[in-house]
Amino acid sequence: MSKPDLIIHDEKDNVGVVVVETTKKGQDCNAWIMENDKTINVPSTNEVPLGHKIALKDLKVGDTIFKYGHDIGKVVKEIKKGEHVHVHNVKTKKW
Amino acid sequence: MYTFTMSKQRNGNKMEIPKSFLGYKRENGRAGTRNHVIILPVDDISNACAEAVANNIKGTIALPHSYGRLQFGADLELHFRTMIGTGRNPNVAAVIVIGIEPKWTKKIVDGIAETGKPVEGFHIERSGDIQTIMKASKKAQEFSMWASEKQREECPMSDLWISVKCGESDTTSGLASNPTVGNLMDKLEPLGVHLCFGETSELTGAEQVCAKRGATPEAQKKFMKTWSEYNDFILKEATNDLSESQPTAGNIAGGLTTIEEKAFGNFQKIGSRKFIDVLEPAEEPKKGKGLYFMDTSSAAAECVTLQAAGGFNIHLFPTGQGNIIGNPIEPVVKLTANPLTAKLMSEHVDCDVSKILSREMNLDQAGDKLIETTLKVANGRLTCAEALGHREFVMTKLYRSA
Repeated sequence: MSKPDLIIHDEKDNVGVVVVETTKKGQDCNAWIMENDKTINVPSTNEVPLGHKIALKDLKVGDTIFKYGHDIGKVVKEIKKGEHVHVHNVKTKKW
Repeated sequence: MYTFTMSKQRNGNKMEIPKSFLGYKRENGRAGTRNHVIILPVDDISNACAEAVANNIKGTIALPHSYGRLQFGADLELHFRTMIGTGRNPNVAAVIVIGIEPKWTKKIVDGIAETGKPVEGFHIERSGDIQTIMKASKKAQEFSMWASEKQREECPMSDLWISVKCGESDTTSGLASNPTVGNLMDKLEPLGVHLCFGETSELTGAEQVCAKRGATPEAQKKFMKTWSEYNDFILKEATNDLSESQPTAGNIAGGLTTIEEKAFGNFQKIGSRKFIDVLEPAEEPKKGKGLYFMDTSSAAAECVTLQAAGGFNIHLFPTGQGNIIGNPIEPVVKLTANPLTAKLMSEHVDCDVSKILSREMNLDQAGDKLIETTLKVANGRLTCAEALGHREFVMTKLYRSA
């Protein structure tokens, strides 16, 4: 059981959370999926700090972001697999 | 004989959950984890008197606040409920109430007196601050010395009323520290404890999923009504998209992007439990043991003040980026799963569960660790916030005064 760089809550999720101090540019991250205890590999395009999210696949404007297996917002700027996902490219569907 | 041990013995890796803690038994059958004598001002203009009395008499604490004049309707009811509930809390041994005039002072004294604990009220009109301080100090000295003789006794776990609220959350909260609290709830609820979660606005995005956790159709309906009213209020008052309020700037720095993401993380605190009722702010639960939802703001000090007034005697507070809140009467146990917060703000962290993220600790072990910490604090160990002097007592105000 190696130390993960990324944790993914649910198999359905399209984002994972960085759990190391920061990822390195171009790093091949070890990602642990909590729900099914599987491990996958995800690239990190940028340096992404602890607690921030990385896209697990390419996402288009209007796509829904899934985390905990639930809808947590919509894509407002195209995101490529491995890129940082945050307030610059995702917004709430509420308020 | 008292046989409590924080047992490390494990049956098949399972920690044996203690059946009791050392608490202060109160006149009404409840038990406290603390033994405070409080000087409670009815209103803002009585703070000076209350603080002078607490300064004169050691072993007492004043709870100054900003309100209590010209309030009306539901807002006034909430003021009284918070004042009376704070005095009634079993962590409080005795109370001195000081107000500007006798009527509202008496109303609060009478509400607290129902518990059978020593309480006495003083009003300032017709005698002035100095004489009031003298009279109240004499009584406070009597209460303080009386309370100092109280001993901790063995109390069943069911005497624990545990409230929870998270703050300065980040993604590590939803991943690990909030689920740790959920794990504790799943383990302690069968022992008959009372549990309470709140933060109405922070369930936005997860409200439908949360409502389904109501144990009865009535509880589910009551939850949706409460959430909808709060949401309508927020939409009415909002002048922007609430960015940097929900999520907060700290949340965003920690990686939380939307209110929905924050809500699903927040919601992990109740584990797999179902809530049996929805409480008004500061309302005391009346349906027996189990989990309650209380309608509260998501601001830490406001929420914990309301939960303490509802009678909860120990609080669990998961944080991501490092909220430092404490409460004057209800000890606030802080946990974090963020390794940077655990390292850089260690004086605020009672329970470090950051090893979950590196998979060196699983949720079950983290839940056990939190139970051990909670029991130590229930038995009298100071929390970080208590040692650092955090006494945030913040009344919730619903609208402008008359």
